[in-house]
Amino acid sequence: MKSFDILVVGAGIVGSAVARECALLGWQVGVVSGGTLAGSATAAGMGHVVVMDDSPAQLALTAYSQSLWHQLAAHLPKSAEYEGCGTIWVAADDEDMVQVPAKHALYARFGIETNILSAAQLAHAEPNLRRGLIGGLLVPADGIVYPPAVASYFLAEATRLGAEIFPARAVSAAHGEVRLNTGAVLAADRIVLAVGADCKLLPALPIQRRKGHLAITDRYPGFVRHQLVELGYLKSAHTLTEDSVAFNIQPRQTGQLLIGSSRQYGSTGPEIEPEMLRRMLDRAIEYMPSLDNLSSLRTWTGFRAATPDKLPCIGSASGLSDDATLWLATGFEGLGITNAPGAARLLVAAMTAQTPAIDVTPYLPARMKAQVSMPYA
Amino acid sequence: MSQDISSDVLVIGAGPAGIAAATIAAEQGLKVIVLDDNRQPGGQIWRNLSTAHHPSTSKRHPKQQALDRLYRSGAQLLTRRVVFNASASGFAEALHETATDSNVETFRFQQLILATGARERFLPFPGWTLPGVFGVGGLQALTRAGYPVAGKHIAVTGTGPLLLAVAAHLVAAGATVTTVAEQAPMLKLAPFAASLWRQPAKLVQGARYRTKLRSATYRTGCWVVKAIASPDSHTLSAIHMTDGTRTWTEPCDLLACGYYLVPNTELAQLLGCALRGSFVQTDAHQRTSILGIFCVGEPTGIAGLEAAIMQGKIAGLACAGKSTPKLLRRVMKQQVFAKNLEYAFALRQELRSLPKQDTIVCRCEDVTFAAMQAYHGWTDAKLQTRCGMGPCQGRVCGPAAEFLLGWKPPISMRQPLYPVPLRALSSPLASTSKVAINKIEGIESTKERI
Repeated sequence: MKSFDILVVGAGIVGSAVARECALLGWQVGVVSGGTLAGSATAAGMGHVVVMDDSPAQLALTAYSQSLWHQLAAHLPKSAEYEGCGTIWVAADDEDMVQVPAKHALYARFGIETNILSAAQLAHAEPNLRRGLIGGLLVPADGIVYPPAVASYFLAEATRLGAEIFPARAVSAAHGEVRLNTGAVLAADRIVLAVGADCKLLPALPIQRRKGHLAITDRYPGFVRHQLVELGYLKSAHTLTEDSVAFNIQPRQTGQLLIGSSRQYGSTGPEIEPEMLRRMLDRAIEYMPSLDNLSSLRTWTGFRAATPDKLPCIGSASGLSDDATLWLATGFEGLGITNAPGAARLLVAAMTAQTPAIDVTPYLPARMKAQVSMPYA
Repeated sequence: MSQDISSDVLVIGAGPAGIAAATIAAEQGLKVIVLDDNRQPGGQIWRNLSTAHHPSTSKRHPKQQALDRLYRSGAQLLTRRVVFNASASGFAEALHETATDSNVETFRFQQLILATGARERFLPFPGWTLPGVFGVGGLQALTRAGYPVAGKHIAVTGTGPLLLAVAAHLVAAGATVTTVAEQAPMLKLAPFAASLWRQPAKLVQGARYRTKLRSATYRTGCWVVKAIASPDSHTLSAIHMTDGTRTWTEPCDLLACGYYLVPNTELAQLLGCALRGSFVQTDAHQRTSILGIFCVGEPTGIAGLEAAIMQGKIAGLACAGKSTPKLLRRVMKQQVFAKNLEYAFALRQELRSLPKQDTIVCRCEDVTFAAMQAYHGWTDAKLQTRCGMGPCQGRVCGPAAEFLLGWKPPISMRQPLYPVPLRALSSPLASTSKVAINKIEGIESTKERI
């Protein structure tokens, strides 16, 4: 039986970030990934590196991760398409605009610089937004990446340092052993589950699949300059019961525009749901009317891994499992891309008994024990 | 903006198969609509074809005969409709482009006949993206639309029965065809040619082409390995050809190079119809695996014009719950022809080494052969290199990758099948009420003359 210091199950952006971080420590790392590498949520997602303030714990983790992305940026290959384009949170009405100074002050407490934009400044920054929007908040240090290429880079780094990749599906992962569908069994001191919404390996994890739709256009360089998100987005992302859409648009390095976003519970198939797609695109066209004539090339869906409290599970699985070898890095909802570097650092700090850069208590999987039987909402 | 149009039978594609299907179904008293994305009906084979009477004969061209009968049948032909979405629940959405505007139309149907045809297969080789290099069918279509080829020296290469037909067409348009090069070896072509004795019409047609092409060299078992640009104009000036042992250079102004056909099965796949190999699976009545959806012509197998028309008639009749044993027997014979075609024009393995490391395979996204080779499969390569992510959605590089690298693209079709304005996806279906689906399950034999 092949033996490792650590086995990472799942090679999305989080699993590959963890593999790289462990390989950098000089550990013997194995990565188990069935199907296409980074082919699930990492492939489906937008690739927005964004500081989010849904809760203080979320703000702390996203701010920490954003700082790590800035360090990474210089090393990323060109294919990662890193762009420090910044985010503009768009205010449509007075109710939205009330949030802006509060958000500005809150971000400042976490060391994140933001600029409040007037209606005129917003129109100047993004001429294709509809007239009559009343302002916004620019977060200059946010960015965008092409996630599959970043995951591929993380894995290449890990393998360069000796990590081994097993292209197989894990059928069980517990007590220091990972069984593969090929019949092979691998052993390790620690096992990390970085399996996104596919949490069959630890059924005690209360993770739900939260479906999203996206559409991409042909190339229109300069049409949109920042990632644009409506301030109502947090309301959309926050609700745990209702299907919702929000204006969220991203300028890709190619000049293509990636248009989101939608959130659905209880919808388990990957098919495009025309009604959700329509609502999502209507919302986008409402904010940016001239989108309506741009050529759309493709639509697709993906599944976010959502926990009941909307925070990820990073750390030992104790409390959910009596298995001391089992660790978790999953449940990132829509923030897996942003939080991958931070989660990898925090996990390794916990494994090596180092002091973490931020307080990890809010992310400890054990908190889920109390929530397992809790109703959603 | 959005219109809602209902029919008993919706036919998608107004090539020979679609026209035949629509005509017969309408003659059976059904309300039929036939859609096509071009400005004119006729499909690739009859596209821009002049149907003027030949002075020596009073017989009208088969295209004109087919269209006359279609118009008489009462079927409604709607052109410039690009079907970008459809559902087996009974609707198809099309973008209708006019000179000034475009709008989305929703077509509700009881039964659906897919007659979506085929496209050319391109294999990448060094220089294939140069100005002056065309597809074989592509150059024919351009010439018919008025592209001037008179006085040009043209090499026609690749594989398939289309090479001779297009070469003859180019000669008729005033070009000098220098070479017709068929990659298939004579050894495989001979039995195919022999089988044509059972299809005299095809043999006569072939002989006509050869007569027109007296000045051209017809070679079997050789192919183009490189297109060379003139140093000053960066357009095509010559090609390197090989027979596998020897390589030589031939000057030319234009190159027509195409490797036979790839069936357009995307719409069938979006609807959930099962495939058999690369083709849509159908039974003797052209029924797909989905009740109420038929498929005719090249998406079901490349068997030529006569087979496509017969399949169209069978499906048109089947929509009315009828069939004739005579048609079924004739189409069976054509399937033997299709098998012979497939054998004769099978791609030789040497063509796998056509692209060099730096040869572009995906033209939309500028992805080289080396970049794609680094991956294990289509999905992997697509995610990491963007191959197949451009406006053509892998319709060109997908079949090339399948041949070159043995990759099977996964079956996950989603709307839009073709690029459409975003508002086409954001506009609601004109009517959300459920249509009662009244699909005919049984088919009765009839002695009607079709």
